[in-house]
Amino acid sequence: MRERAPKVLRGPVPRNKEDDQVVYIDGDSAPRILFSGEDLLLEDLPIGTRVIYPKPPIEGLANPGAAIRYALNHPHDSEPLYAQLAPGMRVTIAVDDISLPLPPMTTPDIRQTIIEIVLELLDANGVDDVHIVIANSLHRRLSEAEMKRMVGSKIHNAFYPDRYYNHDAEDPDGIVHLGKTDHGESVNINRRAVESDLVIYVNINLVPMDGGHKSVAVGLCDYESLRPHHEPETIRASDSYMDPKRSMLNTKVERQGALVDRHMNVFHIETALNNRIYAGATAFLSKNEDEFTEIDRLKFEAMRWTLSKMPRGAKRKLFQSIPAQYQMIACHAGKTEPVHERILQRCWDQYAVHVRGQADVLICPVPFVSPYNVNSILNPILVQVMGLGYFHNFYRGKPILKKGGVLILTHPCYDEFDHNHHPSYIEFFNRLLPETRDAMKLRHKYEEEFAKNPSYIEMYRRGNAYHGAHPFFMWYWGENGRQHVGKVIVAGAENAHVPKILGWERSESLTEAIAMAKSFVGPSPEITMMHHPPIVMADME
Amino acid sequence: MAAAAFYDLDGTLVRTNLVHAFAFSARNQQGILKSITKTIATLSSVPLFMAADFFNRRLFNDIFFVRYKGESEDRLRCLAQELFDTVLKPSIFPGAYELIDKSRQLGLRQVLVTGALDLTVQPLAKHLKIDEYVTNRLEFVDGYATGRLLPPVVAAASKASWMRIYAEKEKLNLSDCYSYSDSMSDLPMLSVVGHPTAVNPDLRLRNTALQHDWPILDLR
Repeated sequence: MRERAPKVLRGPVPRNKEDDQVVYIDGDSAPRILFSGEDLLLEDLPIGTRVIYPKPPIEGLANPGAAIRYALNHPHDSEPLYAQLAPGMRVTIAVDDISLPLPPMTTPDIRQTIIEIVLELLDANGVDDVHIVIANSLHRRLSEAEMKRMVGSKIHNAFYPDRYYNHDAEDPDGIVHLGKTDHGESVNINRRAVESDLVIYVNINLVPMDGGHKSVAVGLCDYESLRPHHEPETIRASDSYMDPKRSMLNTKVERQGALVDRHMNVFHIETALNNRIYAGATAFLSKNEDEFTEIDRLKFEAMRWTLSKMPRGAKRKLFQSIPAQYQMIACHAGKTEPVHERILQRCWDQYAVHVRGQADVLICPVPFVSPYNVNSILNPILVQVMGLGYFHNFYRGKPILKKGGVLILTHPCYDEFDHNHHPSYIEFFNRLLPETRDAMKLRHKYEEEFAKNPSYIEMYRRGNAYHGAHPFFMWYWGENGRQHVGKVIVAGAENAHVPKILGWERSESLTEAIAMAKSFVGPSPEITMMHHPPIVMADME
Repeated sequence: MAAAAFYDLDGTLVRTNLVHAFAFSARNQQGILKSITKTIATLSSVPLFMAADFFNRRLFNDIFFVRYKGESEDRLRCLAQELFDTVLKPSIFPGAYELIDKSRQLGLRQVLVTGALDLTVQPLAKHLKIDEYVTNRLEFVDGYATGRLLPPVVAAASKASWMRIYAEKEKLNLSDCYSYSDSMSDLPMLSVVGHPTAVNPDLRLRNTALQHDWPILDLR
């Protein structure tokens, strides 16, 4: 039997490129690097495969501090922040949680920079009744170390734990009912924020789904307020939920946000980051493999060899400990809507790649991290939300994949869960999914049982667990993807039962997965690979 | 179908255990000398109690409850309220109130299933607004404890048996029931319901809970 030659990255060869971000594989193309959880794969893709790369990072603002101060002093549709302050007033600073950016950025986190400037301003204007609330909604509470990292030790030491804490959606005394929208959607918000004279929201916009009215109306709400839009019908009606103008999720959140604005004085500070995840020793991971230098190739081989020798837990720890080198590319402040509109534009400037034509087969490498497993495990439900949720929805116009096409994910699909962070996920995966994968049935039959499970509630409130209802939301998050794709194949899944429970097929390798896809969609499919991370979104023609 | 939440008490909802309750009674004997002697005897027996409990809860019960021999029923009843006010009430875990409250909101019947004595559990159950409980009971002859427990002894597997019988009698579906305990000796009690939770678990129960993918809760 002839031995297969080991896959190696070849040197630079002129490529046939549609534009800088879209590359077509030809006979001379180098194999592509794909994340597969905590591993890196090197795969030869079929000739003609279209690979879509992220745009290069937009140059970060040279002086973020000055940009933030300028935004505070020149807000949109609002008085400058200093003009809204008066001694004795009660102010709450709400801040996005650790679910973004991904991976967590190098310190100082941009939230720290903003809060330091805001606190200086508050202090100078005699405002001393200040609380900092992490708008974690039904996400897990951050640990003290994570909280400290996010705002820096100076702020942490001054405010933690009495004046710097996590929002608690299950605190019966900590939530206020603001009313219902004209569509009957309840809006229940954090009491401290509602009873403040001014709420200053400090946001990071990682994807276009973030920010805007979602910040307060979702980040500081309770389970009852989430139910109207964190549900399968809403997700099905979102095309996509990364495109706010065509997102039913966004429409409903905006209705709630309008109600929030009628009752609360919110000064929104939003930021956009570039996509500079990798720099220095890992910078090669965001390069086109055809343009690798010898040094890049050596670094990759060294990294791959090292990873192959490490246990999974250590690999996870290694990846999670490499902070992203994000830089701020925009900061706007003022009223929620005009601020958000400007920030969204910068997000699209960074992420959107013009793509012509849908694909029959879409390959999406699944990395080690999602918004819901920072410092934790990407469990099967989260693999699902990455594939059918986030990656499917990373488009504007129409999905990258044709209706009924094949989505190929690369991930080991290990049957591992974090008992502290995701206890309800375990029951959801092992007890409910074998019975049904129907999102409607899951919602109507089981969601409330999980949401009201006293153990899960206490683990959310006292431990670091996601709320009992969260795995349902994650399942719904994949609902429009699930309705759209014809088949999902997980290449490199290390077991059969996890893909089976998720309703997917598995293959040993990417090559096998492509062959399986061909037998489903036809022998000459249009194959596209999204080369993330960093994030890339398709502006579909 | 109706359902219930079953709670172990010592170590689960309160920080104290059987030995704390006994030590309180030892400390409050008639006469200083008797109090000192009994307290020293209790303290010196703690390693024995721990070893017995590690080995087998029934063995622990046999060794432990015999210490009550000769105690007057009246006196134990008198001390029970004081024991609750000074020892038990401050030892209730802060999260216990919320857990019970959320559980009650779900419409679950609240039931204590504990190896502690009825005398000590009564005021605590009243305080936690739990109407139903099963406890151990000392045998008294002529108003004095014999050092034996009246059957059925509530411990380990017998807790699960009691829960099964109770569920059948009350027409509860055990699959919908919840159970909370801190100790490996209560594994049967946890295994018999559909929603078991390890609360402030010891190492052995923690490992078991991890293996079974049960939620692990810290109420401390």
